Amino acid sequence: MAPLLHAQTITKRFGGLVAVSSVDLAVGAGEICAIIGPNGAGKTTFFNMVSGVYTPDSGRLFFDGKDITGMGPEQIAPLGISRTFQNIRLFKALSALENIMVGMHIHLQSGLWSTIFKTPAERREEREAAREAVRLLDYVGLRHFANEAAGNLPYGAQRRLEIARALATKPKLLLLDEPKAGMNPKETDQMMEDIRRLRDDLGITIVLIEHDMKLVMAISDRIAVLDYGTKIAEGTPEEIRRNPRVIEAYLGKEASKEHGAATA
Amino acid sequence: MLKGLSGLLADAKRAPVLLTAYTLIASGLMYFFRVDYATLFFILLLLSLLLIHLGNANRWLKVGLAALVIGVVIPVVGLENGALLNVSIMVAINVALALGLNLQVGFAGLLDLGYVGFFAAGAYLYSIFASPQAARFLPKVFESLPFGLPGDWFWPFLPVAIFVAAGAGFALGLPVLRLRGDYLAIVTLGFGEIIRILSNNLDKPVNITNGPQGITPIAPPVLFGITLDKSIHYYFIAIALMIIVMVVMRRLEVSRIGRAWASIREDEIAAKSMGVPLTKMKLMAFAMGAAFAGAMGMVFAVKQTFINPASFTFNESIAILAMVILGGLGSIPGAIIGATVVTVVRMQVLTDLANSLATYNLPEFLNLAKYQPLIFGLILILMMRYRQEGLLPSRRNPVDIDALTKEV
Repeated sequence: MAPLLHAQTITKRFGGLVAVSSVDLAVGAGEICAIIGPNGAGKTTFFNMVSGVYTPDSGRLFFDGKDITGMGPEQIAPLGISRTFQNIRLFKALSALENIMVGMHIHLQSGLWSTIFKTPAERREEREAAREAVRLLDYVGLRHFANEAAGNLPYGAQRRLEIARALATKPKLLLLDEPKAGMNPKETDQMMEDIRRLRDDLGITIVLIEHDMKLVMAISDRIAVLDYGTKIAEGTPEEIRRNPRVIEAYLGKEASKEHGAATA
Repeated sequence: MLKGLSGLLADAKRAPVLLTAYTLIASGLMYFFRVDYATLFFILLLLSLLLIHLGNANRWLKVGLAALVIGVVIPVVGLENGALLNVSIMVAINVALALGLNLQVGFAGLLDLGYVGFFAAGAYLYSIFASPQAARFLPKVFESLPFGLPGDWFWPFLPVAIFVAAGAGFALGLPVLRLRGDYLAIVTLGFGEIIRILSNNLDKPVNITNGPQGITPIAPPVLFGITLDKSIHYYFIAIALMIIVMVVMRRLEVSRIGRAWASIREDEIAAKSMGVPLTKMKLMAFAMGAAFAGAMGMVFAVKQTFINPASFTFNESIAILAMVILGGLGSIPGAIIGATVVTVVRMQVLTDLANSLATYNLPEFLNLAKYQPLIFGLILILMMRYRQEGLLPSRRNPVDIDALTKEV
């Protein structure tokens, strides 16, 4: 079966810095795939290319059989890719409910004239949309925050709201950028459960960037490791755990020797 | 005291009584003092509108009281006090302008320092064709008409002015879409100046705007054969348009489009990633805000019966921005109160002070009317420093979640 997301040797340069260098990655439908690597390895840049925020300098991106290279986020989102952000990017002044309703934008029809004349169709659509948004809030357990400004929500709730907002676009592929950053252990367990649920209940394919190895090892089907913009390894959690290049990238050369000595 | 008052206004039992009593008393006093000390009682009367907005009362009572003040008291008093009526017309025009600018700056986050350019576009468009001016450069078509187009054309020209101003907004929006914040502000500032300088200089080689001398006389609107050339007519035209603008703003605010604008204002990258089309939504915001200004420009032109470039200076753009910021960015009630306060202070309070200077033989440098730019500057600085959210901050309106989910 063709992969849902297929990145073929994509590269992104910023001036002299090669942030992502000919990275290949294929993610199958229904997979949970993690991208790990030290800070500055190019993980978020990779996400930005897939979601259309950046255009790759070379290489091609395919999603669901379509070539999406060079498309902007406005075109990519309706195809079924949605994302969250490393440093939470909610619409802070809008309520939690409205944040989700912005996520539903591409699935709603009301235009300028139906809004100005407040047509029955517009009213009906707004009511339906609000109802659907409440369902999504229920799904992430944030119903009680519906009318609260997103910026006032507790940190963990903001992360979950961002996921709910991404779900509102009805994605086939969800990109999660450090979903557990800044969470306490209890919230982390909850998040792990949530991510699994997204795949198992909703059938959404997930690619996540994460530093927490415990979480990554526990939920990923496959892991890709980036270092200095290149993919240095890819495989199941078990394979990655043993890969000497990964250990070297994370712990440095000396440590990896010691590690090798210890395991030998 | 403020706390006591806000408690009283929130009290569902006592608030309606208070609102009714205050409005009636203020109306009565206004009528009694319709000539002398009118400024003071006009402010007290306007205060009743604020109380009606804030008070917890039946919606129909509120609408009724506001209609009494706006539809009866002000016009009746205005028939005898022309200056007051003139201020009221300018309040209505400025409220609509502040709302339109608020759409661009407050809703969509697009800082526009040339907003008065759209206002000028609407004013000039009608003035050129509804005055002898058109005959100066289009001699053939208007030969038989002494005034250019007669006043019946006011009504069909309203949608035309709206359309042309929206087109100007669109045209301004296109090249500046990639710009944000300061850069956008500079380009829009330039746009406003270009419109003013064009109107100043387009008297040659073909005389389109009649340059600094301006255009006059402008044909007053005619409705069902009646010529609307009294201030009271303009008052009701301005109020009607203002109410339409208020309703449209309100509907846009809580709609798919309003949310998309807000999302762009809050975080462009996140908005894009949710599939919100930035280009389209920004152009729409520019065009809609401009459209309101175009319509009000026409009202302004017929009210003055004379326009020239001096009415459309950068200072006017800043004044409208000061109204929006004073009231609260993104807030509809805020823009209304901001426009009212700034207009009344500018046209009524400062003028009164200037007049009293003469009465008491005070030196001219105390004439506060000359310190207008200073006053706007102070308003902007003080608001930014001490109350960024404005006098009446924007509030997201809560949705009754339980009622919403129970319905089905």
